[in-house]
Amino acid sequence: MKQKTTAILSAAALALGATGIAQAGTLEDVQSRGVLRCVVSTGIAGFAQPDASGVWGGFDVDFCRATAAAVLGDGGKIEAITSTGKTRFTKLNAGEGDVLWRNTTITFSRDVGVKLRFHGVNYYDGQGFMVKKSLGVSSAKDLDGASVCIQTGTTTELNLADYFSSNGMKYEPVTIETNDEARQNYESGRCDVYTTDASGLASTRSALPNPGDHMVLPEIISKEPLGPATRHGDDQWSDIVTWVLNATITAEELGVTSSNVDDMKGSNNPEVRRLLGVDGSQGSELGLSNDWAYQIIKQIGNYGEIFERNIGVNTPLGIARGLNALWTEGGLIYSPPFR
Amino acid sequence: MAQASPSTVNPLLRLWRNEDSRGVIIQILTMVVLCALIAAIARNVVINLANVGKEFSFDFLTWPAAYDIGFSPFIEYTNKSTHLRAAVVGLLNTLLVAFWGCILATVLGFILGIMRLSSNWLVSKISYVFVEFVRNVPVLIHILAIYSLVVTLLPSAKKALDVGGGAFFLSNRGFYVPAPVFESGAGIVGIVILIAVIMAILFKRWAKRTQNETGQIYPVFWISIALIVGLAGIAFLIMGAPLSWDIPVLKGFNFKGGMAIKPEFLALWLALSYYTACFIAEIVRAGILAVSHGQTEAAYAVGLKSNRTLQLIIIPQALRIIVPPLCSQYLNLTKNSSLAIAIGYMDITATLGGISLMQTGKEMETMIIVMGVYLVISLTISSFMNWFNHRIKLTVR
Repeated sequence: MKQKTTAILSAAALALGATGIAQAGTLEDVQSRGVLRCVVSTGIAGFAQPDASGVWGGFDVDFCRATAAAVLGDGGKIEAITSTGKTRFTKLNAGEGDVLWRNTTITFSRDVGVKLRFHGVNYYDGQGFMVKKSLGVSSAKDLDGASVCIQTGTTTELNLADYFSSNGMKYEPVTIETNDEARQNYESGRCDVYTTDASGLASTRSALPNPGDHMVLPEIISKEPLGPATRHGDDQWSDIVTWVLNATITAEELGVTSSNVDDMKGSNNPEVRRLLGVDGSQGSELGLSNDWAYQIIKQIGNYGEIFERNIGVNTPLGIARGLNALWTEGGLIYSPPFR
Repeated sequence: MAQASPSTVNPLLRLWRNEDSRGVIIQILTMVVLCALIAAIARNVVINLANVGKEFSFDFLTWPAAYDIGFSPFIEYTNKSTHLRAAVVGLLNTLLVAFWGCILATVLGFILGIMRLSSNWLVSKISYVFVEFVRNVPVLIHILAIYSLVVTLLPSAKKALDVGGGAFFLSNRGFYVPAPVFESGAGIVGIVILIAVIMAILFKRWAKRTQNETGQIYPVFWISIALIVGLAGIAFLIMGAPLSWDIPVLKGFNFKGGMAIKPEFLALWLALSYYTACFIAEIVRAGILAVSHGQTEAAYAVGLKSNRTLQLIIIPQALRIIVPPLCSQYLNLTKNSSLAIAIGYMDITATLGGISLMQTGKEMETMIIVMGVYLVISLTISSFMNWFNHRIKLTVR
């Protein structure tokens, strides 16, 4: 119901021209509003979820906070615009949110067809399968004839269709609106298999009553580079989001953390000095204050801190860095230089 | 003082002063303003879409959909089919649930409405409490509640309840029943049934004419049933019973063979039906109460029996009151079926207005089509109900 209303509202907004489909000036809009509006998911443990007092937290939300810290100087000034897989791009394109930090896979059709601008990858993911151990299945190749629960509006359903047809297997898709309802269906046994990105499986598994009864199958059937997105047509805003992400990665690479960032201001490393705004004018070139990256690291932390705090091995999700380690440590996380 | 003669007054002003023509002028102006508004909106849409770099086009309907649909009972669909075909699958699923929903809602609604009028205190109060409870809770909650009931209460496929001789199975994957398989000769049985139905209709006409002329009443209903069942049965035996059953068997993860009523369909169908039935119950009660008791007494006075009184006097008059609001309930049910995606039933809102929208980014185009489809369905139901209403309305001679 909600997503339909949104779609219709967005259609109406397009019709009446009442939205901020501003071609430029997102930065001015955000600064005059004093709040950054991020499109996030309706709730995925570890990635974006409100706590008991309604404050949003998680991996994606922390990146939203990092953006707010850079733009407004205060990572607390965010508003979470929740969206289902189906409504997220409509909400972004209709101007309801300023930036999308929401487990979103970068694909050709979204970049070109849906007219989004992507800004790099903050999580390398891939689609996997979760089953009950009692099913006695050890490989996704054994799933011929199974019922599979999927969340709608995702690349997941397309990968799934491709995987099963290319392996000559049949399945019954049970396509549900939200992650939570898909999970309930899996729990109750309506489906044999639950499929989504491996990060999502880890998140879902951690929220099940007996996580040990469930296992993630070894096959990863897709590339899912997840990253932030903005609307077409505002290059300054695109640059800001790109470099917010790069700042967190570079900070980890240079060993700048939220606890040592004040000391690091006195560092001799010129890249650290440029990053933290001691030397140079990179902040003002972006249209921000010169300590924008300092605020990100001070308030939110670097990439590694954000990862470990929300989804790392010491959290209920227990995800190892894997592909998401720095390139210097065998992963794919890599930032262009601050120069 | 120079009085302007009528001929020197501006002709437009003269038109304005005339009450009739003024009315026309105001209507024309209103139309112009309305058209300008619509044109402005359409222009805005095109410009704003162009600004975000999107072209307004329906070409995407011919692209491959690339996603699978779990429930397509009528036409073949694979992930290589087009978005248009996915939309048609969704449309047929919408029509399926709307059709069976209207039937079940009507039956339940009449039962509840008549129960409510019962002189038995308990029966009447049960209906009262049920109607008040159900219609004061949003229909989406009913759909979600029924779905979780179905999915959590029923056993999994491997522990499916055998509810009839190893051929009928109930599980949270669906209600599996044997599917009929027609063999050669079944077509002839079908033709015989058709002939029997035509004979029954002719007999009914003859019986009515005879009654009008002589007063003789035949038991038309029972004779028709005997005619159809009897002839069909004889043909079936003569052709050597050309029908076998495909019995569902548990293989691997799921049942194979047979026919299945999926829990998504079941939950949506039941929830929409009993929710709408509660509104229909009140309409039925109003219709029956509106027929004055004097009508019944008058019918008894001329010697009609009580079932004939109901059939010939009460129901025709009550229907005149019931049918118009019944039509809006059918429309409500059809439109509410768009909540299907909440539980994963793939109707037109879920396929074209959901996944296709998402995969192609064509919000405007898909929403226009979906709205058009609901409009056409609703107008079709309305015109059918108008025709029915016209047929049963009071004939003034």
